[in-house]
Amino acid sequence: MAVKKKIIYRGAEAEILLSKYMNYKAVEKRRIEKGYRIKELDHKLRSLRTKEEAKLMIEARKSGVAVPIIYDVDLENYTITMEYLEGKRLKDILNNVSEKERKKLCKMIGENIARLHSNNIIHGDITTSNMILFDDKIHFIDFGLGEINSEIEAKGTDLHVLMEAFEATHFKYPNCFDYVLQGYKSILKEEAEPIIRKIEEIVKRGRYR
Amino acid sequence: MICLGIEGTAHTIGVGIVEDVDEKCKVLANVIKMYQPKEGGIHPREAANHHANFIANLVIDAIKKANIDKKEIDLIAFSKGPGLGPCLRTAATAARALSLTLDKPIVGVNHCVAHIEIGRGTTGCEDPVLLYVSGANTQTIAFAEGKYRVFGETLDIGIGNMLDKFGRIIGLEFPCGPKIEKLAEKGDKYIDLPYSIKGMDVAFSGLLTAAEKTVRDKKHRIEDICYSIQETAFAALAEITERAMAHTEKNEVLLGGGVTCNKRLREMVKTMAKERKARFYVPRNDLCVDNGAMIAWNGILMYKSGIKMNIKETTIDQRYRTDMVDVKWR
Repeated sequence: MAVKKKIIYRGAEAEILLSKYMNYKAVEKRRIEKGYRIKELDHKLRSLRTKEEAKLMIEARKSGVAVPIIYDVDLENYTITMEYLEGKRLKDILNNVSEKERKKLCKMIGENIARLHSNNIIHGDITTSNMILFDDKIHFIDFGLGEINSEIEAKGTDLHVLMEAFEATHFKYPNCFDYVLQGYKSILKEEAEPIIRKIEEIVKRGRYR
Repeated sequence: MICLGIEGTAHTIGVGIVEDVDEKCKVLANVIKMYQPKEGGIHPREAANHHANFIANLVIDAIKKANIDKKEIDLIAFSKGPGLGPCLRTAATAARALSLTLDKPIVGVNHCVAHIEIGRGTTGCEDPVLLYVSGANTQTIAFAEGKYRVFGETLDIGIGNMLDKFGRIIGLEFPCGPKIEKLAEKGDKYIDLPYSIKGMDVAFSGLLTAAEKTVRDKKHRIEDICYSIQETAFAALAEITERAMAHTEKNEVLLGGGVTCNKRLREMVKTMAKERKARFYVPRNDLCVDNGAMIAWNGILMYKSGIKMNIKETTIDQRYRTDMVDVKWR
């Protein structure tokens, strides 16, 4: 029976609908058609990202990073049904806590990214909008731009995305990214050094740097 | 208040004269001259020589077109950066000379910010995400707490540079964008090319390399390759714009920069905006490309917000980033 589902969030590429799976509260992430791009490209991007996202979420869980549980993947409708998390986005939390708490959260972010990277999981869109604090754990969502890649370049780019997100969204707290790197180093140890050096290189490649 | 603005960051030297009428921008004159390299890309020194040759006549021409007396000018503005050093210095020198001879104040303007402000001043948008696409620049910019912040940008080359480099390979003359657009209109077969989005950023070098290889392989028509380049690159631009809009929760999108003259890109961003029920704005063509009017208008905003510069402070900055500007007028 088709029930009209409520859209609880509309992102850039997907709608999040409130749903149920068996008796669990769930959300459906549905990648919507984009009329601005041609059909071939639209299909390629939507199916590739849906597939990749489901795969990477499972890999992330195996590496010890909290992610929502996947209940179902429907490639025909470009939809992933997953666990509903009651928590709040880090984006909304980080600017409203004490420096001590902020430091703790940022270190946790860094530790989680390190766990992903030590298993060659590249998230592809690490921003504080894509992290949910729930059950005292930071859950990572939105792996649609991710990939499995062991290269230092890919890991550096992954961290660079977060650095830019901090500069644009949490500019009042310039220490955030340093705390993230502290957490990152605490897990990856000496392996972290070449990756962190890479970030500098990526910054310099940009315009007017 | 009437301001004369001089633009000279890259290939274009431009003089614009604008007046503020009820906080909106009225363009009285806007004239440009564009340097055309004989071959290859922009040669900075030759571009600067070109600008030096034309600037005096452009100033005279603009004053005539504006139908004002030069004594009516209240303020001089110039492009402080970012851009090519020799070009910036030439425009700044002309601005200083005018400021001293007319005995009027002078301000240096950030070129990228000027692209947003001319949109806000002439199209009716209030708080947009700007997709700024030109030869060198590819950025999504939005206002947040006192500054225009860059939310997404190219990690390697600008979209216009990418099109120019590709155009050169297939024997087109600078600027190649409009010629590629014409060829693309005759293409209809999509060739799979790398589509590179990293978070809210975009990258084009992989796409360029793959497109070059497709040309060498000689299996496809040039028209189809041009079509595929446009479809892939512009879809990525529409996507980073949408991502910036979703992230900043803004409901207006504004286009700026020379590449926005491309009809397919306009259409794509317009469709994107429509689908998310956002409003779409694009200034008229002569205000999208590099021009003096946008510099003049941003100059007025700065001056009225209390920003004053003495001649010693009118230095140029080749790497003057969008997010370095304190936006006191908002």
